[in-house]
Amino acid sequence: MYIMEKKLEELLSNDYALGFETEVESDAAPIGLNEDIIRLISKKKKEPPWMLEIRLHAYEKWLTMIQPVWAGLDFPTIDYNSICYYSAPKKPLNSLEEVDPQILETYKRLGIPLEEQKLLAGIAVDAVFDSVSVKTTFSEELEKLGIIFCSISEAIINHPELVQKYLFSVVSKSDNYFAALNAAVFTDGTFAYIPEGVKCPMELSTYFRINALNTGQFERTLIIAEKDSYVSYNEGCSAPMRDENQLHAAVVELITLDNAEIKYSTIQNWYPGNQEGKGGIYNFVTKRGKCLGKNSKISWTQVETGSAITWKYPSCLLIGDNSIGEFYSVAITSLKQQADTGSKMMHLGKNTKSTIISKGISAMKGINAYRGLVKVRPQADNARNFTQCDSLLIGNECGAHTYPYQDIQNSSALIEHEASTSKISDEQLFYAMQRGLSQEQAVSLIVNGFCKEVLNQLPMEFAVEAKELLNLTLEGSVG
Amino acid sequence: MLKLNDLTVSIDNKEIIKSLNLEVKTGEVHVVMGLNGTGKSTLLKSIASSYECTTSGLTELDGENVSALNTVQRAHKGIFMSFQNPIEIPGVNTIYFIKTALNELREAKGLEPLKAPEFMKLLKEKMAILGMDSDILNRSINVGFSGGEKKRSEVLQMLMLEPKLILLDEIDSGLDIDALKTVTKGINSLKSSERSMIIVTHYSRLLEYIKPDVVHILAEGKIVKSGDISLAIALEEKGYEDVLHS
Repeated sequence: MYIMEKKLEELLSNDYALGFETEVESDAAPIGLNEDIIRLISKKKKEPPWMLEIRLHAYEKWLTMIQPVWAGLDFPTIDYNSICYYSAPKKPLNSLEEVDPQILETYKRLGIPLEEQKLLAGIAVDAVFDSVSVKTTFSEELEKLGIIFCSISEAIINHPELVQKYLFSVVSKSDNYFAALNAAVFTDGTFAYIPEGVKCPMELSTYFRINALNTGQFERTLIIAEKDSYVSYNEGCSAPMRDENQLHAAVVELITLDNAEIKYSTIQNWYPGNQEGKGGIYNFVTKRGKCLGKNSKISWTQVETGSAITWKYPSCLLIGDNSIGEFYSVAITSLKQQADTGSKMMHLGKNTKSTIISKGISAMKGINAYRGLVKVRPQADNARNFTQCDSLLIGNECGAHTYPYQDIQNSSALIEHEASTSKISDEQLFYAMQRGLSQEQAVSLIVNGFCKEVLNQLPMEFAVEAKELLNLTLEGSVG
Repeated sequence: MLKLNDLTVSIDNKEIIKSLNLEVKTGEVHVVMGLNGTGKSTLLKSIASSYECTTSGLTELDGENVSALNTVQRAHKGIFMSFQNPIEIPGVNTIYFIKTALNELREAKGLEPLKAPEFMKLLKEKMAILGMDSDILNRSINVGFSGGEKKRSEVLQMLMLEPKLILLDEIDSGLDIDALKTVTKGINSLKSSERSMIIVTHYSRLLEYIKPDVVHILAEGKIVKSGDISLAIALEEKGYEDVLHS
């Protein structure tokens, strides 16, 4: 491989631009996990008793479960009793004026100003700082259309009928180890409800920031799209650089009724740790959408560049006839990052269609795995799936794996699977560099070309951010 | 323009070019011929500073010692190499690739990047010289290109980048007569008193279209004979054995 002109370490030390820490006084729960902590969280959130009951029940279940090991991720045992499960900035948060200026500054540095007038037209933001939502913008504007866009904590208090009907209806409180943990201790997240016939006129988005030391972030997001409605939702994430690993275990549930569509995009840029694998976020996420209604559609797009460990399989339950599920993913592992990601498409209704496009890029000592399941139940006549998983390798120390599973129980199904593995070759780099492109540019050009199909799915502002992030993540990866 | 002094080049620890000396004056066209495996391509790759080559000796460009400069730096100094078999880069549009390369070069020269309309105008002009169809622009570079398309695309890039030292590695291989005519027309449009070329070829047929000032024969990593175009014609008639031992 080419000899780098700039020192590798020099580049890498500048890599994670969002690694700063904000000094705010916080109100944190004692470290550790037990029933009292859960009661404390519920009390802090002023939750109704039914919510506390669910939490305690989930905790009880969780205690009987074992952390899954099938993903082939290599990390030390997590001590769940050394984590702080609730941390909130001390100042009360009733209006923007009351938000700690330090926190506003944090979001400004992240490129997300929370003052509504300064926001890009067409994007409403919910900002979650450690365990609480600090500000949801544009919610009044949206209210006029009947759209509810608020933190999940507010929704539990203000819209209990919707929450009780739908929360845990897609990912049950004991669905899996991390989902059960989340159900017990989730602290905040976003709630969106799009009423019948409404096309949400702006992008909804949430920005998650882990700030406090030793704090886990457990958010829970619920989006409901009623009949004939549409919404595009985006989430972004970042965290300070720290030597300690931090845990992030989130759950996202989506529900679409007849003819409704949810487009869900993620740019995940949690701190990945350093080149020796020290520090970084452990990212264990359960994301699932339920296409309940006929002709409904759920589309997941994710760009995963951060985290030391990513364990994430955004999935679709295609229940309504003619419903459509999509999964577009770019996952990059550089440094010593490990990602095990993919999707599950469960075909239950007739004429259901699903598409999985997964692009994995491994550089330096990164390990990337695609893991996916396409399941067609006996009643799901004429189901169709197209899966494509491509892996791109940069250098000689990285790895890529593909684990596609298919369980087809109806002979009318049409299932296609394509996979490829390629490597950025010295010859390609030499060609581009002979034409005057720098090595970084050459790599970025090749990588962007490789992920084009997925990046094209992102809303425009996010596509720009994603491209910049890809370049940053791979900076110095060719040594 | 170019001066090579005592140039020795190894690839994978195997010495391919051995103490080679060569001077190409500004405005000259040199042709390098020789049997397969005598080091013709290696010579060009070394001048472009390929990752494959371990080179010792002196490489001078316009009186400046460029021996320590890397591929990109040499490209920015105006060295362009057309590849015998240009590599495919899936997902990278040809037009985007050319635009990025051109604007990189302009930046290195302290020029503003070309705006899209100016770029398109220039590109269309150059494509017209080569009789090229614009459908190639939105295809991934070199992916699924026919032999002729690959060579045309190489020359198109050369016309866009306007290098001062042009290295052509078997630009005539795999071309039919018509394609050879248009490709050489493109190359000739760049001939000037400010530019030099080194052309590697197996066939003197190419020299009917591009007139060389000097013809060299390379054998076992050394220039063993130099002359004018008549040397190439003699090679064609008698073969290497006879010419080298006469």
